[in-house]
Amino acid sequence: MKTLSRIYIALILLFLYAPVAVMIVFSFNSGGSVWVFEGFSLDWYKGLATNSSMLTALQHTLIVAVLSAIISTVMGTAASVGILALRKKFTRRAVMSATNIPMMNADIVTGVSLMLLFVFVGSLFGLKESLGFFTVLAAHITFNLPYVILSVLPRLRATDMSLNEAALDLGCTPVKAFFKVILPSISTSIFTGAIMAFTLSLDDFVISYFTCGHYQTLPIVIYNMTKKTVSPDVYALSTIIFLAVFVLLILYNTLQSKADLRRGIRA
Amino acid sequence: MLKKIFAVLLCLTLSISLCGCGYEYFNPELEASYTSDLAGTELNVYNWGEYISDGSDGCMDVNREFERITGIKVNYTTFESNETMYSQLDNGGVSYDIIIPSEYMIERLMSENMLEKIDISKLSNYKYVDTSYFNPDTTGLVEGYAIPYNVGMVGIIYNSALIDEPEHSWTALWDEKYRNMSLNFNNPRDGFMTAQMIKGYSVNSTNLAEWNDACELLKSGKDVLQSYVMDEIYGKLETGEAAIGPYYAGDYLVMQEVNPDLKFFYPEEGTNIFIDAICIPKCVKNYEAALLYINFLLEPEIALANAEYIGYASPHTAVINNPDYCYYQNEILYPKKEDMPKVEYYRNIPEEVRMHYENLWLDLKLY
Repeated sequence: MKTLSRIYIALILLFLYAPVAVMIVFSFNSGGSVWVFEGFSLDWYKGLATNSSMLTALQHTLIVAVLSAIISTVMGTAASVGILALRKKFTRRAVMSATNIPMMNADIVTGVSLMLLFVFVGSLFGLKESLGFFTVLAAHITFNLPYVILSVLPRLRATDMSLNEAALDLGCTPVKAFFKVILPSISTSIFTGAIMAFTLSLDDFVISYFTCGHYQTLPIVIYNMTKKTVSPDVYALSTIIFLAVFVLLILYNTLQSKADLRRGIRA
Repeated sequence: MLKKIFAVLLCLTLSISLCGCGYEYFNPELEASYTSDLAGTELNVYNWGEYISDGSDGCMDVNREFERITGIKVNYTTFESNETMYSQLDNGGVSYDIIIPSEYMIERLMSENMLEKIDISKLSNYKYVDTSYFNPDTTGLVEGYAIPYNVGMVGIIYNSALIDEPEHSWTALWDEKYRNMSLNFNNPRDGFMTAQMIKGYSVNSTNLAEWNDACELLKSGKDVLQSYVMDEIYGKLETGEAAIGPYYAGDYLVMQEVNPDLKFFYPEEGTNIFIDAICIPKCVKNYEAALLYINFLLEPEIALANAEYIGYASPHTAVINNPDYCYYQNEILYPKKEDMPKVEYYRNIPEEVRMHYENLWLDLKLY
């Protein structure tokens, strides 16, 4: 039984990581083929360094991902605090459903409707060109927000609110109490929400496709290569992104476990 | 700790983006001819994906060169089909100064009054343009509204290690001998073209019965076919997963570098030829800069870099006659007069015919 379950886990891991492994291997291919491995080389990494269209797209993707993650995390945390403070159960439920609907909505519906909204508002102000950096950023914040709330709210609910009252009793202003007491106790979930928002924004295609205008992000640029074949530069770039995210996650996990350990000792 | 890592990563990305090499292709006089008071303005360019020399693999980075010489910022964006390009243009919300669609889409844009006239008197490099492409009977391009950028023809690629040379006909894709080894296009226009050529119909037929006929022919061959593909054909033919399939001549040259067993021919019934051309849409905001950009693309050095990067045939007279051009007198891209296949361009087709064949295509895919 034990061997069986091990095989099962091995299979799952294989299917999860085989595509990435193949891509990493082929990013070191010396030939132009994306199917036949001809030998080891770093040519595609060197080619990437001078490929300005790809680097511009990467820059766009990173800027949008970082900014939308930060803004949606701040907004989402504030929203969670607000939602929890709602007295009436009905209003709280209604607000929660309203935030959850965009999450279940098909991306394509969100994308098209956001585009229509932006173009409509733009034309109201007589703008010839309404789509661009700000619309794609706004769109990303919009679809990130529910995920941040979903990550922060349960943790906030589990936090002992008497701590907050104690802080107030001891002379904290409500704002100070929030930053000194509540925020530290929910920081992990905020960070998780931020990382989730970042990765969601990083690989979004559908919504960006409709809202980006001239500000094309990496997934769109790669998609537009499909009339001709996708160049192995993309493999090299994806490998770098994968490794960067991988290192980031490992770091996050080690920092997290260390922090947990410290907290454990103190408790 | 995290901050340090971020700092290192940031430095790395910055250093990568900074080391773009400066090319010295041009003499100072030529560079001076591109200086203008447009520096600091922006130019929005909308082109096919991978359709300009972009600095990968040590080739010239055309957009960056243009930015360096003129000081105009190029917002370069890409599309993957003429129809996507059309809907972006039509939706509004974005404005473009330069677009590079194919001939039938240009004809449609013309008919809907969406193109601005190009002031060719201001293009010092207009002398390199082959004006024979402006022909109302073949391409439908009108002088002064489009500047040819790339030309290409469709042919059949086969793997000579797997099969003997087939008869030079589209019927090879229907041949029982190649059951489960043959491919066909996964887009309606090109897919129907293969059947229309066999039947001897025009690819621009407005006779619905002819489209039905072509569809029946495609249905009869679907059983033999391995699959309908677009760029997946690269992998399938290079690895030998499939043995025969139609694609664009320029792409064959790339595949052949990977797998030298691959051979190419133009079917005797005739084939499709396409031309992509530079246009200025009505929504243009920076017209003068657009003219400068077009002139820049017509610069022999630039056109050469683009022709070598893209690998399709060039309509640029100085490139074709340049012995240093890596595809100089390449008999696949530039067949001699006697080897030239019969060719037909796609033209803008009336809405109801388009709807009809698109429905037929769906029908075929579900068949």
